[in-house]
Amino acid sequence: MAEDILHEVTQSEYKYGFTTEIETDIIPIGLDENVVRLISAKKNEPEWMLDYRLNAFRKWKEMKMPEWAHLKIPEIDYQSISYYAAPRTNGPKSLDEVDPELLNTFNKLGIPLEEQMALSGIAVDAVMDSVSVKTTFKETLAEKGIIFCSFSDAVEHHPDLIQKYMSSVVPVTDNFFAALNSAVFSDGSFVYIPKGVRCPMELSTYFRINAVNTGQFERTLIVADEDSYVSYLEGCTAPSRDENQLHAAIVEIVLMKNAEVKYSTVQNWYPGDKNGSGGVYNFVTKRAICKGENSKVSWTQVETGSAITWKYPSCILQGDNSSAEFYSVAVTNHHQQADTGTKMIHLGRNTRSHILSKGISAGVSNNSYRGLVRVGAKAENARNFSQCDSLLLSDKCGAHTFPYMEVNNETAIVEHEATTSKISEDQIFYCNQRGISTEDAVGLIVNGYAKEVLNKLPMEFAVEAQKLLQITLEGSVG
Amino acid sequence: MLEIKNLHANIDGKEILKGLSLEVRPGEIHAIMGPNGAGKSTLASVLTGHPSFEVTHGEVSFHGKDLLELAPEERANEGIFLSFQYPVEIPGVSMVNFMRTAINEQRKYRGQDPISATDFLRLMREKKELVEMDNKLTNRSVNEGFSGGEKKRNEIFQMAMLDPKLSILDETDSGLDIDALRIVANGVNKLKRPDNATIVITHYQRLLDYIVPDFVHVLYDGRIVKTGDKNLALELEEKGYDWIKQEVGSI
Repeated sequence: MAEDILHEVTQSEYKYGFTTEIETDIIPIGLDENVVRLISAKKNEPEWMLDYRLNAFRKWKEMKMPEWAHLKIPEIDYQSISYYAAPRTNGPKSLDEVDPELLNTFNKLGIPLEEQMALSGIAVDAVMDSVSVKTTFKETLAEKGIIFCSFSDAVEHHPDLIQKYMSSVVPVTDNFFAALNSAVFSDGSFVYIPKGVRCPMELSTYFRINAVNTGQFERTLIVADEDSYVSYLEGCTAPSRDENQLHAAIVEIVLMKNAEVKYSTVQNWYPGDKNGSGGVYNFVTKRAICKGENSKVSWTQVETGSAITWKYPSCILQGDNSSAEFYSVAVTNHHQQADTGTKMIHLGRNTRSHILSKGISAGVSNNSYRGLVRVGAKAENARNFSQCDSLLLSDKCGAHTFPYMEVNNETAIVEHEATTSKISEDQIFYCNQRGISTEDAVGLIVNGYAKEVLNKLPMEFAVEAQKLLQITLEGSVG
Repeated sequence: MLEIKNLHANIDGKEILKGLSLEVRPGEIHAIMGPNGAGKSTLASVLTGHPSFEVTHGEVSFHGKDLLELAPEERANEGIFLSFQYPVEIPGVSMVNFMRTAINEQRKYRGQDPISATDFLRLMREKKELVEMDNKLTNRSVNEGFSGGEKKRNEIFQMAMLDPKLSILDETDSGLDIDALRIVANGVNKLKRPDNATIVITHYQRLLDYIVPDFVHVLYDGRIVKTGDKNLALELEEKGYDWIKQEVGSI
């Protein structure tokens, strides 16, 4: 009976599934050295950038796709994807020059690019397919010495910073997808917060895949200098298409002494339809390094989209007294698969990490938490606390937890707790008896379950994320 | 207000209610007593639409509407409230959020706008006093970590908030000490009005010292076999249920 109720609650449509009719500059499908050269040429890149790409490409060809994740990944034909697609616009743009159709697209997604209309206190870099469409509030931020621009702009205008920090956290050969990204990445965002500056507004990048048969390969690099602070948000959507789309991104964060970075993601790539057809393959490498002492990084993610998610936002705690947090809500419904978690690598003394993972599985989906806590020999007094909870909404879905611990210092304290629960028929009926419909009851219960994580999101995002959880699970109670 | 005619209901294919009839008019308090397994809690579940029970025969009308046609939340929004025998815990959902959602659902059902924050807080304060509820409890998650007595008090608090036309108290006295019992009963009495009604389901006469019924019904083997005034409850307390069983058996 409870199963019947649960089944009723998840049949809503993906509301960002529209496509934008816009002239697109798209290169033919396939991948070889010439394609890498073509991408670099299209972006007018300097030679060092091309060399970097070619090196990555050669390394990638020798690498194999990782197979250890608890995922069934259909074979991906890397020669059937186009590696560059750009809406036809002319270079760096004032708003008047941006195609109205593009503005319209981002308006529809709730991301107005007109600064006077923009969400107060949030600067946006809007990326469609392979290029950045518009970065807002650039000038306001520049007054404080903050650099916030597209990655391409940064390669052109801040080559020293890019050369110094790119791949310093995620090496080119870190993994198969990182190597692929390094070879063909098209755009993304670059952030530099100078010494002693608290970024006065939330920075955000909004990623949108539009073109057919393309992959999106963006990279983000955030450098927070000594005593600085920034909160960064990332949102993602894609049209509903029958074929799968590939998204392989890299995010690198570097934190100097006393710096603090909060990185929040609401990932809502197209998850595919109810029968598991279509959807984005989301293979992402995100890593931060707390280089300086007392630095602090916090990853918060709400993962509701993508057909397949492979993602482990991680942290290397190098500086003494540095700390890291990982807060995650991952929802899978229908045929979605997620293998997500984090890695906390404790190297410095008195380093602390906290992991809170909340998985929610519905339909016939599979949801895995995978986490590694490693304490190095010199990490005196390292502390970790991990909590992994799973909530099951159907009896055909799967929830799995794969915690790994490697402790090489006897003063370290590493703790792990895990729970699994179901929404009970009694809970639903109790809500019903108070006048609350089953659908709203599931939303209420799921949001209650995820509350500790949602509370970590910036206000505007938290409200969106709550709605998103509810929509994702509509028709899933079962 | 409520008219039940010849109600039959099953759970897992087993018939529990076997032709139950009952009429409740506005302003009345009805007590339903009976031995274990007679079908008392089943009656509460069936009236509120619990999905585990199947009605096989009979009619229930509530203010002229066919109650059995309505979904559980519609019945609630029509003004039927159940004080659960075993209130359910909902981790992470604050009482405040839960109550506001419930009140707004009810208002939506009645074509009213959502309640303002000020009005809601005023209502909360007022009703908390009525059941002597601690602020601490309303700040916690729904029933999570509440003691047995706190859970029951929380049920009456919700009843006060939602202001139902018909309240069904399912063994609200079980697990209560005498002080909690008095507080709960006081709450119920204060909420009594000429236009609402209460069905009190209980094992023991004890609660009826505080909530004085207009009618006492004995439920046995899925039917109401005897109806009297409050003195019937005293008689049951004194003599037990065996004599009723014998009476029924001899018919």
